[in-house]
Amino acid sequence: MTHKQIIEETLDGTVLFNVPFPKNIAHLKEMSPIILKHPYHVEYLHSYGQDSPWFAGLANKKLLGTECPKCGYKHTTPKLSCMRCGAETEWKELPPEGKVHSFTVCHYGAEEFLKETPFILAMIEFEGWNTLLLSRLVGLDPQQANLKWVGTKVKPKFRRNSKFKPTDVWFVPA
Amino acid sequence: MSQSAKDVYVVSAGVSKFAKARPDKTFQAIVKEAVDYTVKDVGLEYPKFLELVDGSVASYFSDHFTRQLMAGIMAQDYLSLCPKPSHRVEGGGATGGICFQEAYKNIASGDMDICLAYGFETMSHVETWKGNEFIALASDINFDYPVGGFYSGYYAMMVVRHMMEFGTTVEQMAHVSVKNHNNAFHNSYAQKRQRLTIKDVRNSPMVAWPLTRLDICVMSDGAAACLLTSEEGLNKLEKASGKKYPRVKVRAIGRGTDAMRMSDRPHQSFEDFYKYNAMANEQDGDSKKYYKELWAKHFKYPGIHSFRAGRMASKMAYENGGIKDPLKEINFVELHDAYTSSEIQTYEDMGLCKYGEGGSFAASGKTFVPGVEYGLKLESQPVCPVNPSGGLIACGHPVGATGLMQAAFALWQLQGAIGKHFGDATLQLNNPKIGAIHSHAGTGTYVTVSLMERI
Ligand SMILES: [Zn+2]
Repeated sequence: MTHKQIIEETLDGTVLFNVPFPKNIAHLKEMSPIILKHPYHVEYLHSYGQDSPWFAGLANKKLLGTECPKCGYKHTTPKLSCMRCGAETEWKELPPEGKVHSFTVCHYGAEEFLKETPFILAMIEFEGWNTLLLSRLVGLDPQQANLKWVGTKVKPKFRRNSKFKPTDVWFVPA
Repeated sequence: MSQSAKDVYVVSAGVSKFAKARPDKTFQAIVKEAVDYTVKDVGLEYPKFLELVDGSVASYFSDHFTRQLMAGIMAQDYLSLCPKPSHRVEGGGATGGICFQEAYKNIASGDMDICLAYGFETMSHVETWKGNEFIALASDINFDYPVGGFYSGYYAMMVVRHMMEFGTTVEQMAHVSVKNHNNAFHNSYAQKRQRLTIKDVRNSPMVAWPLTRLDICVMSDGAAACLLTSEEGLNKLEKASGKKYPRVKVRAIGRGTDAMRMSDRPHQSFEDFYKYNAMANEQDGDSKKYYKELWAKHFKYPGIHSFRAGRMASKMAYENGGIKDPLKEINFVELHDAYTSSEIQTYEDMGLCKYGEGGSFAASGKTFVPGVEYGLKLESQPVCPVNPSGGLIACGHPVGATGLMQAAFALWQLQGAIGKHFGDATLQLNNPKIGAIHSHAGTGTYVTVSLMERI
């Protein structure tokens, strides 16, 4: 394929206060559309609700999951209602070490994370636990992505000053 | 499906050509383009159509993209359909497929005789990476989105696992991109009409390893519509138009779901797979032996490599529609190829091949269109063309319109009318009888499969 040079489209521009108007209104349908830019910023009060203890755990360097007292199903990413039988689950600490179940290197991303690219996303599995945990994987070279990364033993690292986000924990090779 | 369900026909459809941006019109007016085309193809003047139609179902995914709540009613009134009944449906990427099925139910239940399904999305109102952010909000905002929410990343992790389990390769994935883009070269509705090679796909910029830009669909502005009727409704339309329409029926529908968080997907045993997920054509001794051997290698189902919702939807549709061997009995499939990898995963969910065979199946030639030049050496002749239209990857993916676009393209295939609508008959398959449409939401959370049949 040919590599075309392009000038990036951006959303900044000029403030416009008037536009041309035809003398004959029959010509109005030939007019170009008027396109405006609006800001759209909202402050939300988001509650983690029944998931809150998980975030409190991260702030105290503890990684928690939930276990069903009825059927024993172990949710690595916590769920307070058992996915298998519907019973209310109990909080439990996860093992200190896990393995990379799958991963990707994001070279692009949602606008919010674009400045952090390239970063590694990974699904982590824990011995004896039924489901997985999505986290960042740090300490591997994003340019060297390969399938051998799957199965790598990893351990969690915690942020010293918690931001109460799931990124308060990340994983590094153990 | 209830035994008392009425027969449901698909009579006509319309698609506004999908484009990166349509600043010339608001969403209502883009929907009107697709509906005008649909009505014209029935052979009715618009006022006559308004007199006969009983109601509608509206389809669009995101209130963020429009920055407008209740956009559905604004389309409804722009279409002059008030005060007839309508409602909006939403189910991520499967929104269009769900809309088609809700319109089907309106007819099958006897509630309506003529129902219009319409859908749209206008994704150009924010720039691409903000758009990716909006889409990523369709992932758990406590545990998933803040870690680096990016749908291409989620699908990349799914296919990495598929590669680990089954040895699927990036070249096999690239075959899907080459097939769908080269098909779309003959589809005047497609947003991207490019002749590509495997090398082009692999050399395009890496987005989320191992998916490149040409493994991934693009964002679009666009709309699509579809007209469904009962036998009585069909007669009313024929009487009013003086035309005789080819009979295309909805043979059966199916729908499935799975957990929003990929991390929550179960890892089931062989016994549970056979109890809940195996299809009619997997009950023989050879298939059981094949799967037994997979599980002997610590395989689990569905994990993150397969879409249990897609399997559920297919299994239901096949059971309701009396399909025993999908690859032999279904003549073509329009499926949700937002990613080349998800087309491969979907072959397996839909039972076109076994779990684990999707990669080699993709490169075999069995899903290619006869008579289209691909520049590839393929070992098999086409058996069941998949995405003969070019799919989402080449046609575009204005989310709420996509599932209805698939219905439109499938209808035209079954009517033998591809030449008429595309202005090029290259993609017209030889006398197809049964087509399947498959619509899929975020990492396989909602999936619909509908079977259409010419009678
Ligand atoms: Zn339980």
